[in-house]
Amino acid sequence: MASVADPLPVRRMPEMFYRHALVTRITHWINALAITFLIGTGLNIFNAHPALYWGQYGADDDDAKRWLEIGSADTPGGQAYGFLRIGELKITTTGVLGISKGANGAPSAIGYPSWATFPSQRDLATARNWHFFFAWVLILNGLLYLVWSTISGHIRRDLLPRLKELSPANIAHDIWTHARLKFPKGEEAKRYHILQKLSYGGTVFVLIPLVIFTGLTMSPAIDAAWPWLVSLFGGRQSARSIHWVAANLIMVFIIVHILMVVLAGPYNEIRSMITGRFRIDPEKAK
Amino acid sequence: MTILSRRKLFSAGGVAAGGLLLAGCDNLTKSDSVGKIVRSAEGATKRWQRLVSDRNALAREFTTADMSPIFKANGTTDPQEAEYLQHVDEKFANWRLKVDGLVNTPLSLSIADLNSLPQRTQITRHDCVEGWSAIGQWRGAQLGPILKAANLKTNARFIVFHCADNYGGEVSKGGAQSTSIYYESVDLIDAFHPQTILATGMNGAALTVAHGAPVRLRVERQIGYKQAKYIMRIEAVDSFAGIGSGNGGYWEDRGYEWYAGI
Repeated sequence: MASVADPLPVRRMPEMFYRHALVTRITHWINALAITFLIGTGLNIFNAHPALYWGQYGADDDDAKRWLEIGSADTPGGQAYGFLRIGELKITTTGVLGISKGANGAPSAIGYPSWATFPSQRDLATARNWHFFFAWVLILNGLLYLVWSTISGHIRRDLLPRLKELSPANIAHDIWTHARLKFPKGEEAKRYHILQKLSYGGTVFVLIPLVIFTGLTMSPAIDAAWPWLVSLFGGRQSARSIHWVAANLIMVFIIVHILMVVLAGPYNEIRSMITGRFRIDPEKAK
Repeated sequence: MTILSRRKLFSAGGVAAGGLLLAGCDNLTKSDSVGKIVRSAEGATKRWQRLVSDRNALAREFTTADMSPIFKANGTTDPQEAEYLQHVDEKFANWRLKVDGLVNTPLSLSIADLNSLPQRTQITRHDCVEGWSAIGQWRGAQLGPILKAANLKTNARFIVFHCADNYGGEVSKGGAQSTSIYYESVDLIDAFHPQTILATGMNGAALTVAHGAPVRLRVERQIGYKQAKYIMRIEAVDSFAGIGSGNGGYWEDRGYEWYAGI
């Protein structure tokens, strides 16, 4: 028990740093909601024809154009199995892709499993209704974010990589600090580092515009209005393939993003995206 | 309250919210008010697509070299209705396309009548709602001049296509599909579009039964389910009330968008 005579221990207080502006926080959560539903409904829509083609057209008989498929087949012994085929590569995926437990618990021959799709059962009509609704949310929310972030300087100040940050040495250094799960402290925690800038910027300015424009290219009405879109992506079926690839890369981003939030301290990270305030611990005195 | 317990509360709350979300998600699709909000996207999409499109903007037309080697036949491919089977037996000699409803001059057209009208041939891409596409060549009379000949009444707003086939269809909305006569509809913008034709020919031959003989609609800026096959009657209407379940088409009655430009 310390006596009153003891001096108070010198303790540097953590700083509450205002990290995310209100518009950033609101658009972040609307975006998160929209993308969650877009992925769930997108997987349900994909299940209506779980194959991808390259070019202008592609259907059941166009084997030469089909580069990816999820399906089910029987072994010579009559055992049903699920598979994912990409080009020449065929992987058995029973339980997850091709054959999985349906909503009622019985095995069902379906592309993506029930737990990953919205709605959980095969329902192309509802999945399309919801996909297009949240596509509108994604686009309008994204436009609000882009306009505000350009005017406020958020993009230039926080997201645009500086030339010297793009040096291989700096990128290598950032990969090394990430690999050791060393998160920046003090002043260094107030800005994004190069891997963050590249992954946030790549998602916001490359992947999301890519899913939006490849999505629009699948619309026959838009193809008549803007024929250059179809030419840009090399055909409607190519656009559908790119839509799937971009959506998968967005899913990879989300997984890594959530993982980093958990590792860096989920309470502080999530609070900063709700209230804006991010707690920064002082650097240890050397 | 300490940071630690707040943190625990936070995590527990997150797990609980996640669980509720998964369980609640499917229930969202059963709510009428949520459904109404979600379905509002269809009107927004239609208005926006029409805004950025020229009314007569053409769907891309391809060359014979671009055509699918095999054009997938989908939906009904072999109707078993007695009336239709008799037309097949008679090689559609006694088949007549009726054009009626809100018109001043009802028409009754034979295959020969349709083939004697100026023909349009177009090689276009067909996009199924499931995701696949096929490119094929279609030949037929434009719908616009036929509607002009029938002289639409001023209150006509939609053109409904009544088909010969009873369609079972896939299971949707978590329940069994009831069987009923296929039908479709478009508004006057699409009805009078230059590429909207009543196709009697496909890939250089007469339309086959699998692809909708004797007559199939081509409405090239919309998805495959709008391309009604086995057309028996064209009706001009001012609303869909009293036709099917009142949503303007077989699939529309089963939850799909009436405006299928996307």
